[in-house]
Amino acid sequence: MTIGVERPQGGRLVDQFEYGLDAPICLTWELTYACNLACVHCLSSSGRRDPRELSTDECKALVDEFERMQVFYVNIGGGEPTVRPDFWELLDYAVAHHVGVKFSTNGFRITPERAERLAATDYVDVQISLDGATAAVNDAVRGQGTYDAALRAMANLRAAGMKDFKLSVVCTRHNIGQLDEFKAIADTYGAQLRLTRLRPSGRGADVWDELHPLPHQQRELYDWLVANGDQVLTGDSFFHLSAYGPADGSGALPGLNLCGAGRVVCLVDPVGDVYACPFAIHDQFLAGNLREDGGFDTIWKTAPLFLDLRSPQTGGACTSCSAYDSCRGGCMAAKFFTGLPLDGPDPECVKGNSEGTLARDPERPGSSQDHSHTGTVRNAPVPLTLLRTRPVSACDESPLVAG
Amino acid sequence: MPVLPGAAWELSPSVSLRPEPFGALAYDFVTRKLSFLKSPTLVDVVRRLGDAADVEDALLGAGVPAAERDRYVAALGTLAASGIIRERQAA
Repeated sequence: MTIGVERPQGGRLVDQFEYGLDAPICLTWELTYACNLACVHCLSSSGRRDPRELSTDECKALVDEFERMQVFYVNIGGGEPTVRPDFWELLDYAVAHHVGVKFSTNGFRITPERAERLAATDYVDVQISLDGATAAVNDAVRGQGTYDAALRAMANLRAAGMKDFKLSVVCTRHNIGQLDEFKAIADTYGAQLRLTRLRPSGRGADVWDELHPLPHQQRELYDWLVANGDQVLTGDSFFHLSAYGPADGSGALPGLNLCGAGRVVCLVDPVGDVYACPFAIHDQFLAGNLREDGGFDTIWKTAPLFLDLRSPQTGGACTSCSAYDSCRGGCMAAKFFTGLPLDGPDPECVKGNSEGTLARDPERPGSSQDHSHTGTVRNAPVPLTLLRTRPVSACDESPLVAG
Repeated sequence: MPVLPGAAWELSPSVSLRPEPFGALAYDFVTRKLSFLKSPTLVDVVRRLGDAADVEDALLGAGVPAAERDRYVAALGTLAASGIIRERQAA
């Protein structure tokens, strides 16, 4: 496969993965940019459907291609994938073609009847998003009523006998202190807790400075993850925190602990664009389009961007750091969207090595697509704190009111 | 469960193997667990298990040298522990 790059024989698996695989291990497929919500940190700036989105037939052809490539399962997201009228049809089609599906949802459409159907299929897993262990913390990020909707969906799944579905949490400054509560919620519903990293991608760039965990919270998160080990999934999100461990890498969290972008991971977006990873929806990480560039298999195997990501990378400024073998410089997307060089430290480098560059406020690249709602949304986020200070007197607000 | 060279084993029916340059990925569609087989020869052994008379036969068929036999039997033990291969029931 990987043309032009000579792969060493044997050695550690993680080194092999850096040279890429014949097909991705972990493929995210965002079915639609349409969403009934307007989460403040949405990675894909979703809201409105794109008229160019893949048709039902095109989606089925892509499933056929995944089956031929033995992509064992796909992570389906959006947008809110259940908003697509053909969502359940596509789910059945994938399962019938030996492509397992884990789909992410806000839970609004996981009715008791749907939950029954989901519980009856081995090949389908569900991931409910919840970003606060209390409604106040969650609804501030995800929107009014979304906490209740997520818990209702989990109750329906539990009642249907669905086991080990996922409760997926994006870790923020406001919920790091709630990790035990999240675990308790997951346990209550027979779900498995999954914690992932907030990324400055999509609308996440707008809220990054206010929501990304503070340095002492990163330590708290790392210690919590170490204490809970395999009980909690992380989607390999937090390998930048491995630098808290000893230099020999023994403090690494469970998982591959490498940036899988274009090597073991990629993203197919609703219009058929293939990106290096779900957190990198930007022209700079666009490998090709399914309709124009010969289909998914060809893009995965021959796109120049992917071949480049699979060639040996330099650690740049990080090479001299004692923790480089543990954290590998962190997340490419997090660096890119905060305006940092890709061969330098992560914006959340636990050694503080990005602080100097960030203090100079590097120019951020912005996004190359935006499908955000333009009008009002029924379940809009509810600010956690007042954004403005209280007026000193009524007449500061309105000059017509007598002070 | 120990894998004995004289016993008959097979790939679990819910598991699929995908060849990769380093060996193979093994995915269990029921447990949704992904595992890695880290040598092409081990993949060959696993693929042969189902049709071989016993483990010994599969090792021979895949050309595993006598000196490495124990190492491969131990690797099969790991695969058995994670449910990727299972003991074959007598027909």
